[in-house]
Amino acid sequence: MSERRIDEPTGVETTEHEWDGIRELDNPLPRWWLWTWYVTIAVAIVYWVLMPAWPGLHGYTKGILHQSDRVKLVRELADLKALRGAEGAQLQTASLEEIERDPKLQAYAMAAGQALFGDNCATCHGQGGTGGKGYPNLRDDVWLWGGSLEQIQHTITYGVRTGEPGAATTQMPAFGRDQMLKDAQIDDLTEYVVALSRRPANPAAVARATQLYADQCAACHGPQGLGDQTRGVPNLTDSEWLYGSTREAIRDQIVNGRGGVMPTWGKRFDPQTIKALTVYIHANAGGQ
Amino acid sequence: MTVIIDRTKAQPQPSGHEPVSAAARVRAKATQGGGLYQARVPIYPKLVHGRWRAIKWALLVVTLTIYWVTPWIRWHRPGGLPQQAVLVDFAGGRFYFFGIQLWPQEVYFITGLLVMAAMALFLVSALFGRLWCGYACPQTVWTDLYIYVERAFEGDRNARMRLDAAPWSFDKAWRKAGKHAVWLGIAFGTGGAWIFYFHDAPTVIRGFWVGQAALTAYVFCALLTATTYIFAGFMREQVCIYMCPWPRIQGAMLDQHSLQITYRRDRGEARGPHKKGETWEGRGDCIDCNACVVACPMGIDIRDGAQLECINCGLCADACDEIMDKVGRPRGLIAYDTDAAVAARACGKPAVYKPVRPRTLYYAGALALVSGLMLWGLTHRSVIDLHVLRDRNPMFVRMQDGSVRDGYTLKIANRTFYAKTLTVRFDGVAGARLKTPGAPPQAGDLTVSVEPNAIRAVRIFVTVPPGASAGATPAIFTVSDGHAQARAKTVFDSGAQP
Repeated sequence: MSERRIDEPTGVETTEHEWDGIRELDNPLPRWWLWTWYVTIAVAIVYWVLMPAWPGLHGYTKGILHQSDRVKLVRELADLKALRGAEGAQLQTASLEEIERDPKLQAYAMAAGQALFGDNCATCHGQGGTGGKGYPNLRDDVWLWGGSLEQIQHTITYGVRTGEPGAATTQMPAFGRDQMLKDAQIDDLTEYVVALSRRPANPAAVARATQLYADQCAACHGPQGLGDQTRGVPNLTDSEWLYGSTREAIRDQIVNGRGGVMPTWGKRFDPQTIKALTVYIHANAGGQ
Repeated sequence: MTVIIDRTKAQPQPSGHEPVSAAARVRAKATQGGGLYQARVPIYPKLVHGRWRAIKWALLVVTLTIYWVTPWIRWHRPGGLPQQAVLVDFAGGRFYFFGIQLWPQEVYFITGLLVMAAMALFLVSALFGRLWCGYACPQTVWTDLYIYVERAFEGDRNARMRLDAAPWSFDKAWRKAGKHAVWLGIAFGTGGAWIFYFHDAPTVIRGFWVGQAALTAYVFCALLTATTYIFAGFMREQVCIYMCPWPRIQGAMLDQHSLQITYRRDRGEARGPHKKGETWEGRGDCIDCNACVVACPMGIDIRDGAQLECINCGLCADACDEIMDKVGRPRGLIAYDTDAAVAARACGKPAVYKPVRPRTLYYAGALALVSGLMLWGLTHRSVIDLHVLRDRNPMFVRMQDGSVRDGYTLKIANRTFYAKTLTVRFDGVAGARLKTPGAPPQAGDLTVSVEPNAIRAVRIFVTVPPGASAGATPAIFTVSDGHAQARAKTVFDSGAQP
């Protein structure tokens, strides 16, 4: 090793490294830095002992704490289940009316129902449950399939037009698309439906369509157009129009006879989950 | 400016320098007294006897007793609530103080209490100087206790100084070890008692030893143990001098009429040694014995006048009184006195004391005002509380018959320990019908029950007949139990008319 050389202006030893006449001073590392470094080494060694650290050929070192994020997650999920336990278990046995009447069960069902609704129902029915074209509004007092607790529970459990056993199968014919009626007849029927909802309509067209309505529509919608909740047939006399209230929209519906599909949630949710959802929807609709 | 280094010429030799590292230079600087920090000069306060010392012992016992006994006082509360008289229940979100129970929303009472404490401190300081520092501050109380322990193991001032200077021996070792063991015991007792204020004491003391207590309990116990041991054992007066802001603030509170520990220079000067039998004519009463200096836990000489370090504890007054008794002069050469009185006597005028002055009146007025407000707030606070959240999605729902329904969530707080049945009234739109899930719709008031010591969120739907309102109508919800009531303003939204 070469002789130590001293940088004259500072009086500090140099490292003998020189670049273009600039020599590097061999100042010592700051003490705090050095000690911090030693501490990190000590911490690392302690960490290796306590925590999973080194990969091996067959797995890895587990550490004496046996820390594992996967095991922790499983435990947390079990804890969550236990936490929900008391009220969740009560939902199984209590009737829908009992759940809605009891403040504690109601609060639990509303909280659970809100989360479930947001995750599963809001996509179609909207976050606030007000629906949209083709998707029923769940907040008002118009119910296609019935607005009582049991009816809502039934609709959620079995769904609509999914082909599953128990699901509603009723379907409005596509009078225009399937050429069951002529265009002029459909125009007359449109006027008739407008008249049913107590709006001004062409009297001649209404008169022409009266027999047509009795033959083609009254079987489902009823002679007065009041609909039938047991089969999900809409009431044609109210102000609620699932596919729009204008003449064009009504005509379009007679032509195409659309009917929405709602999943059979009973296949995905356990009964108490559906109960919570039912109470949430029923309560927020003002409850029929 | 360009520095030209001419290496062709002979270089000036650094005068016999060996290589010096930066660390060595810093060390050298520190030993020369040029470091950033002043090294602590150890203080060995001498034990004194007297009036102020007795008061300090009494207050030490009282304050420590309060600290250690309070969490163990039981207080009956119904319905499975904590039975501890004083408890800060973070998990349950409550503060219990005997018959008073505060919710997190009422934290302003704690703020008010702190403001009151500050005002009281201002007033006491303006009248009597830093009595808090000298007698009641935890730093003073625990340091006093630690010095008591130190004295028990190592003896009084002179013995302690000798012991520190002596080489290590078995005697020194066991005295030091014993002192630190007791110190750590006290520190652990302090840290341990702290956590009793935040959990049910009998439960947490059992859980603590079997590893079942909350992590925060162990952390805070360790933290308070460490700070007690370090602050009271080692840092002592440095906490007051360097860490505490109060010595700086007090300058704004004190004036020449504030009582504080004062060396009455008008009587003491000119000071000097005095032999028995010598005359006291033509000289002061101070015999320069330094009894006041060696008694001082802050390590100052009170004869230099009022100082930032002085905590106003009166131990120098006790020390001086003992000496005055021995030399046959009247007591009170060092006493609680005012600068104005000393100055007046020095000029041969009678001393005037003015406890009532604008400053003390302001402080007393502010203290009375804040105390009054807090007391009024505490006695008039409502036991029920109401917040109304209006549904935003949907803002309103139009019914088949054209009536409009708005949804609200009422958060009703019942601050009593008993279940309450409350009536909910809605004012604002004529003909409104109220409905809550699980109950039939009603034209009049609704009835809801709220559990004791809880908040219940109640969904309320208000339906108004067609045309009864247009746009947004101001409305008010009122909940009442017949005596207490709470109101909350809201809006009934019916949208634009179709």
